[in-house]
Amino acid sequence: MIALTGVSKRFGVRTVLDDVSLALRPGAVTALVGPNGSGKTTLIKMILGLTRPDRGALLVCGTPADERGSYRRAIGYMPQLARFPENLTVRHIIALVRALRPDAACDESLGEELGLSTMMDVPFGVLSGGMRQKVNAAIAFLFRPAVLILDEPTAGLDPVATGILKARIRAVRAEGRTVLVTSHVMGELEELADDVAFLCDGRLQFSGTVAELLAETREHRLERAVAALVRRREA
Amino acid sequence: MNVVALVLDAGWRDLARNRWLAAYAITFFVVAEGLFWFGGTGPQVVLSVLNIVLLVVPLVSLVFGTLHVYASREFIELLLAQPVPRGRLFAGLYLGLALPLVGAFLLGAGLPFALNVRAGASPAALAALMTAGSALTCAGAGAAMWFALRTDDRLAGVGAALGAWLLATVVYDGVVLAAATSLGDWPIERPVLGLMLANPVDLARMLVLTQLDVSALMGYTGALFERTFGSAIGTTVAVIALGAWCAGPALLALRRFRRRDF
Repeated sequence: MIALTGVSKRFGVRTVLDDVSLALRPGAVTALVGPNGSGKTTLIKMILGLTRPDRGALLVCGTPADERGSYRRAIGYMPQLARFPENLTVRHIIALVRALRPDAACDESLGEELGLSTMMDVPFGVLSGGMRQKVNAAIAFLFRPAVLILDEPTAGLDPVATGILKARIRAVRAEGRTVLVTSHVMGELEELADDVAFLCDGRLQFSGTVAELLAETREHRLERAVAALVRRREA
Repeated sequence: MNVVALVLDAGWRDLARNRWLAAYAITFFVVAEGLFWFGGTGPQVVLSVLNIVLLVVPLVSLVFGTLHVYASREFIELLLAQPVPRGRLFAGLYLGLALPLVGAFLLGAGLPFALNVRAGASPAALAALMTAGSALTCAGAGAAMWFALRTDDRLAGVGAALGAWLLATVVYDGVVLAAATSLGDWPIERPVLGLMLANPVDLARMLVLTQLDVSALMGYTGALFERTFGSAIGTTVAVIALGAWCAGPALLALRRFRRRDF
């Protein structure tokens, strides 16, 4: 579904991604983990076309990620920070994103489940952090995309909304779509993830299923397994 | 609606409710209306408002524009993650910034003249004032986008915008005057005219003052411009050069927007 081959990126003298090759399986949730500054955000931005690789190739649903950006029809994106124009209402923001994909079928059910129906005419600037994150989630799931990229999706959400979002992620996986998720809450990833990609200092240190990671590190919990990978890298 | 119109519409809806932009429009309105209130005639008010426009419009469009682009960073990234070409997205973002600023200026500075038609402001001078303010806004908005897209450091971006404002409004004419004074024995008319075309604030001043018959107030470059080209040709040259100043910074910002990593 998503395939990166030999992708590298430097910002000035700093190598942010170094020869990363990774394939994300359809019908699987892949957790992208790693310490702060390991290159996770750059990798996500590269898939989205926000950042261009210096070297390497990137395919999304078999289509090369190119300048025209039409391949992004297959992608739904939930950024870590939901900071949209403060004076636009929720209705306007959702309508704008819908209008940018006029041919795509829409599914507004997540927004309704998260209780956005009563907030549609409220300006974005007066929403609480949690409500902003709900708008963010509703936009990412709006088009039933083949690939979902979720950057810290539950940050700021209350437990009820978190449960709804996790259930939706599982449903997406059950439909055979691909999910790439980052989070620093390992318990949450343990619940959701089938596969793990571990980045450290811009290099892909591990890529495989959660079970393979636990077996390789001889740990029982994802959190400890990731910590073991970090320690191994530092040693 | 196409991508440009959609993003422009969002920018317009957002900035139309922006309190700073409202304050900007109200300030122009209060100043111009106050000048009429204190007995100013049409040409006097045009001249006074021009002096404010030449300082305030570049400052607001540069600083407000730079801060607006930085504040919109996450929104821009969300839009870039949609299946839309960068060029069209940029056009929508640029127009969504520049047009509300132009609208606020035209409303704030233009309404007092509409309410005081009997004061006798010449339509040509008024049109020149509105054109000059709008062109300075567009040039400032384009430059603001370029500064904000050049660096992720907000302080550096806003600092560069303030530096550009200081250069165009204060330093530039002083440097030209100093050069003209110290090189007075040389045939420097043509180089000085070229220097004048290189500053949109000088051009805007010239465009309005040639409609007002106040060449004593035009500064060295303005007086030279009128003497060399005459009023009609000078106006045409100034309008074309201001058009280039609207397009140039915006095209530079577009080039940066297409190439940069977010």
